[in-house]
Amino acid sequence: MTARGRLAGSLLPAKKYLALFRVRFQNEMQYRVAALAGVCTQFVWGFMEILLFRAFYQVGGEMPMTFSQLVTYEWLQQAFLALFMLWFWDKDIIEAITGGNIAYELARPMDLYNMWFTRVAAQRIARALLRCLPILLVAFLLPEPYRMSLPVSFGAFLLFVVSTALGLCVVAALTMLVYALTFFTMSASGVRIFAASIAELLSGAVVPLPFFPEKWRLLAELSPFAAVQNLPLRLYSGNLAGDEALFYLGMQVFWLVALVLLGRILLRLMRRRLVVQGG
Amino acid sequence: MKLYFRYFSIHLKSLMQYKASFLLLTVGQFITSFSAFLGIYFLMSRFHTVNGFALHEVLLFFAVTLMAFSLAECFARGFDVFPSMLGNGEFDRILLRPIHPVFQVIASKMEFSRVGRLLQAVLTFALAIGGGEVQWRWDKILLLVLMIFSGAVFFAALFVVGASFSFFSTEGLEVMNIFTDGGREFGRYPLSVYGKEMLRFYTFIVPMALFQYYPMLYILGRSENPWLCAAPLGILVFLLPVSLVWKLGVRHYRSTGS
Repeated sequence: MTARGRLAGSLLPAKKYLALFRVRFQNEMQYRVAALAGVCTQFVWGFMEILLFRAFYQVGGEMPMTFSQLVTYEWLQQAFLALFMLWFWDKDIIEAITGGNIAYELARPMDLYNMWFTRVAAQRIARALLRCLPILLVAFLLPEPYRMSLPVSFGAFLLFVVSTALGLCVVAALTMLVYALTFFTMSASGVRIFAASIAELLSGAVVPLPFFPEKWRLLAELSPFAAVQNLPLRLYSGNLAGDEALFYLGMQVFWLVALVLLGRILLRLMRRRLVVQGG
Repeated sequence: MKLYFRYFSIHLKSLMQYKASFLLLTVGQFITSFSAFLGIYFLMSRFHTVNGFALHEVLLFFAVTLMAFSLAECFARGFDVFPSMLGNGEFDRILLRPIHPVFQVIASKMEFSRVGRLLQAVLTFALAIGGGEVQWRWDKILLLVLMIFSGAVFFAALFVVGASFSFFSTEGLEVMNIFTDGGREFGRYPLSVYGKEMLRFYTFIVPMALFQYYPMLYILGRSENPWLCAAPLGILVFLLPVSLVWKLGVRHYRSTGS
């Protein structure tokens, strides 16, 4: 190990990851105008979706969510889009994999999986923090049927926070899986596009899962994608509560562990195959 | 026109050098719009109707919008990636050539992978037309073609607006996505579902309803008013302010010098 490596290695492990977080934050803060534009876009998006559902609610029939629950779901979804969207990739990481800069990444005195996982999570948190506050603020101030409501109870809020954190980790683990697959196919744009659309659908980004036909809903709820945004957003508004909520939280933990394990195994396989050419 | 076909064949030839990646992108485009289709299908099979429109009717609105958008992306993509042309000095070269710059920007890039989306639109049309109860007469078919064509012109015009803004600032251009990508997303349903105010907005400010909504009322037999068939031509009026903005932008242009 080089002198520098020893120095970095001797730092507290948490400190290394905190440094990673800080860099991502500073990076993100450089693009404030883009963030503002994003906030506007997401706000319009959420509002239009709510108007669309208003038309459906006027049709009537039995609703799996109250209108107020749906409104809250949509606003949270737009506010935390950066946390949960499945079509967002780190160009630097993909270029590192396909371009060969991976050699430098491997030379760092950190575990590759942990390092990239932290990086993915940090970037998403930084983006979301910058964007969620204005959206939530406006959503809380809107006139009645469109106003976002407070969490149904303190317990629901706690569950929301916990499952948001878990959901973010599931997203990061899924992202890592896609990066690991990129090693094997070297383009993986097919994998990425697939993840970007089918997974979006199954995660409840297009239509909330309770509105799915029975069979599709079952399929979606058993898939890892339901552990992303579907769960926290429904916990907040009380659409999921009690034993059902606990069951799905358990599912979330299960998927997190399974996806991290799978990602680590794939990454280890990759390292065994990897040949770094000099130069 | 002859020159355009020349550009067209060059783009096609260069694309055929990368058949596999073209195929993948095309399939990807197809899948992407497929999840939007499923979203409509899920909601419509639960509610059966929205704003008085049935599934097959909603699918017609979806298909017209999707087809217009993908045609615009296919052929006017040059304006979509315009900021990079300003950045790398490509636009300087364009201004020097003795051909109209708008033509050159259009011809400089063609995105054939949008065929994937186009295919989705065609299949949706087949589904909607096969299952619906519309009496298809030649005038309605002609009107449908006119709707798609004017819709493509509409989206292309939006790309031009975005490109014109990039003469003034490179920051915050993402806001244009509200109208371009937003138009594609919100146009999945008849624009009237978003309420009277939104319909008014999409009639007079960003006139998407002129090709997506009003003429469709005639096709679906909701109205016998033949004037609705002329609505797509209103897009031509929209082109006036758009070309004004573009000219303003070009006049404001200062080369980066690199």
